[in-house]
Amino acid sequence: MYSKGLRPLSLITAVSVALTLAGVFYWAPNDAYLGFLQKIFYLHVPLAIITLGGFIAGGLMAVAHLRTRDPRWDMRSYVAIHISLIFGVCVLISGSIWARGAWGHWWVWQEPTLVSFLLIMLLYATYQPLRFAIDDPERQARYASVFAVTAGVFVPICFAIVRLSPAYVHPRTLDNISGNLPGRMQVVFYLALISTTLLWITLWRFEMTAKHVAAQIRHLRRLLGEEADDAPSRRSAAPSLTQVGSAG
Amino acid sequence: MNRPHSTSVVLALVRAQLRLELRTFESLPAMCLFSVTSLVLFHFGLNRDQLSGDLASGVLWVTLLFAALLAINRIYVADAEQGGFDAFLMSPASRSTLLCAKLVVLLAYMALVELVVVPAFALLLLEPSLSQALPGLLGPLALGDLGVAVIGALVGALAVRTHARDLLGPLMSLPLLVPVLLCVAGWTAPLFDYPHAGAVAARWPLVLALYDALFGLIAFALFDFLLED
Repeated sequence: MYSKGLRPLSLITAVSVALTLAGVFYWAPNDAYLGFLQKIFYLHVPLAIITLGGFIAGGLMAVAHLRTRDPRWDMRSYVAIHISLIFGVCVLISGSIWARGAWGHWWVWQEPTLVSFLLIMLLYATYQPLRFAIDDPERQARYASVFAVTAGVFVPICFAIVRLSPAYVHPRTLDNISGNLPGRMQVVFYLALISTTLLWITLWRFEMTAKHVAAQIRHLRRLLGEEADDAPSRRSAAPSLTQVGSAG
Repeated sequence: MNRPHSTSVVLALVRAQLRLELRTFESLPAMCLFSVTSLVLFHFGLNRDQLSGDLASGVLWVTLLFAALLAINRIYVADAEQGGFDAFLMSPASRSTLLCAKLVVLLAYMALVELVVVPAFALLLLEPSLSQALPGLLGPLALGDLGVAVIGALVGALAVRTHARDLLGPLMSLPLLVPVLLCVAGWTAPLFDYPHAGAVAARWPLVLALYDALFGLIAFALFDFLLED
């Protein structure tokens, strides 16, 4: 079900990522103050926006899971948070490199966006351990959803509160887009935002497809008698769709 | 069947929890001892005899938050291990009353611990006199404790029935408590300024109150889902 249209989607994603990279390196002008280093902006900012969006999407999917009790919503929420976590690590690394280049330090505490991002990552880093620490799959899904909703609400609040700390030096990206960014930079930035969104969606679909195929193979194996029905399943942080079998 | 009035249920649950604590002394003495030991550790770690300003406020609040983690870890243990959850679910009481009761108990624990820790802190480390800071300190203590209690009551329930609850409880609560720490430390710092207390920025109480209220709503919205089996 998730594999439908996956090939054209992957193609579009690949083309848009290639276009973005070409735009970043060959078309957008170098920044007058930061020079070539400013190019990391086209990677860092869209990744950060999509990561936070992914966490919030994971929270909304968790709300759907708590309302419908459909384990597929839990799976969707898990995959969304999983991919956002990977994106988030890239954000922290690229942000750190940018801070080093622009302000001379790998880590800048006066920088509320970086600090709130770290807090959010520290919170989400406990998502997988929480799942792993609960055996019963139904309870694992339920507790993980409660966590995902709480953390999803925490994302915007954390940003608002940390921004209240007195001094900050970070460029306010979205305020600047309309005002300060010259035309070409603006075009490339939005292109980067679109291609990163597409990348997130494609990766999400890939992981969902993989999980569904794995569930279907397990179901078929069981029908063939290759795998005992009551075989103890290994403890895992990832949800599996054994309850719905091939229904998905 | 008549549903019992929520207030009386909450009071009964609070009484039960406090009686349990009085019989076992599992949390409170440990919290107090841990806090005082932490203050001694800060003395040696920072190599300072007296603290003032934001350093003093940070030391006090980090100590209190770490002490709170001990209570957050233990507050649901008896319910999870000795059938308290099952008994509660069999009763006609609504589930939020349990959250409410745990919230009140955590608030009481924090207040009792502060009765010991704040004088100890003033005696051991604080440079300005406690009488200068105390009137203003009541506000941040109250709202800070409320934040701890709200987050602790939710995260404690989330962590208690997992394999690694002693790890997961603190790991999940600390990032959620950072905004509380940020506000409350910013609020307290000018009160501890030496020789004269500074002015408190109005945004800290406001933001902290909003944060407490918001997480209170989240906790009440989600708590029911944690008590289904």
